[in-house]
Amino acid sequence: MRLLTHNMLSSNIKGVINGFPLRIEADNVVVKQVDFNPDFLKNMFSKIDWKALAEASKIMGYPELPDETPDHSILDSDDFLQKFHHALLELHLEEGALVCPETGRRFPVNKGIPNMLLHEDEV
Amino acid sequence: MPPRIAQIRLVSSHPQVYAPCDDSFALVDALLADRSKLLDHHPSICMEIGSGSGYVITSLAIILGSGSKNAHYFATDMNPHATKVTRETLEAHGVHAELLTTNIASGLEKRLSGMVDLMVINPPYVPTPEDEVGGSGLSAAWAGGENGRSVIDKILPVADNLLSEKGLLYMLFLAENDPLQICLQMRDKGYGAKIIVQRSTEEETLHVIKFWRDPDIQIEGNEAVVSGGKTAPQRGLDFLRSQISRLSFRETRQQR
Ligand SMILES: C[S@@+](CC[C@H](N)C(=O)[O-])C[C@H]1O[C@@H](n2cnc3c(N)ncnc32)[C@H](O)[C@@H]1O
Repeated sequence: MRLLTHNMLSSNIKGVINGFPLRIEADNVVVKQVDFNPDFLKNMFSKIDWKALAEASKIMGYPELPDETPDHSILDSDDFLQKFHHALLELHLEEGALVCPETGRRFPVNKGIPNMLLHEDEV
Repeated sequence: MPPRIAQIRLVSSHPQVYAPCDDSFALVDALLADRSKLLDHHPSICMEIGSGSGYVITSLAIILGSGSKNAHYFATDMNPHATKVTRETLEAHGVHAELLTTNIASGLEKRLSGMVDLMVINPPYVPTPEDEVGGSGLSAAWAGGENGRSVIDKILPVADNLLSEKGLLYMLFLAENDPLQICLQMRDKGYGAKIIVQRSTEEETLHVIKFWRDPDIQIEGNEAVVSGGKTAPQRGLDFLRSQISRLSFRETRQQR
């Protein structure tokens, strides 16, 4: 699971209001190279919840992103885009869990695949 | 020349995962037929719901290939064996999709709303007793409940929520699902529709229908009205009938 996915994922348990961001428990993180594509990053920048990404990136062992949402003008910086790229697309959570911030329910991540299936009483 | 779609011998399998079949091939053929349009479309986020073996999402990633470096892929399935097998199929072809074991797209609906530019779906579409729908065995891969519509009717509103302004949906239906009625229903939500593939096997007649948000359809009350008099349902019907006859005509010609 990439952090792009983490940034798009919320707890889907019935009745949960603040299901985002899911807290990451990282047991195994792997890095896989992806072609650098500045256009995609510039396009995604406005859709990303920055604090969630920066925090997740830290937990995944890459504390290089600014904590606060940077100004749009930072997209002119190649150095910034490289870091954004690395955090968003190249860090993979292989094994671990995603934890609902409101209920503490753990969604396991195995072989890089989060399991968001709910039990009957959660739907 | 590199293969244009996923290679069957590289598609991973599991006894509880739906293996690629005529319906899967029909959907991939529709994507192949529209390849140049899809490349011009420059989809940024693509998604499959119910990826099964991974044959379709892998083929899509290969079809768009290097021509669409911008594209990122998501695939879901409620069967955990299926998402695992999908990962293996993707890896065997050197492509990537983000996978999620979930019901339809549950968990993504809030944050990914309005962001998906291309969606492909081969849903469970076979008419069955309602209690066969969504079980944990292989039957959940095809069991569609009454008229085969149970899961389809749950997927469509989710797709509507996830699709971007320029979003396209390619979805497979069986004649028994009443695709015409589905198109009219989608028309009321502002979508145009077109049959891309229509194919009859000995057992079933399959349709792959493409949907897109059509700005010419204004939604007034509950009824879509297209500029020019006729209500959308009428127009939709006329339009689809002409499509169906054209397509059957073309297929007959090709057979000769
Ligand atoms: C007809 S199979 C298609 C598989 C594959 N896409 C193909 O074309 O070969 C339907 C798939 O949808 C999955 N499915 C059924 N109901 C679902 C649901 N509610 N949410 C997610 N996936 C579902 C099944 O597990 C199965 O893998």
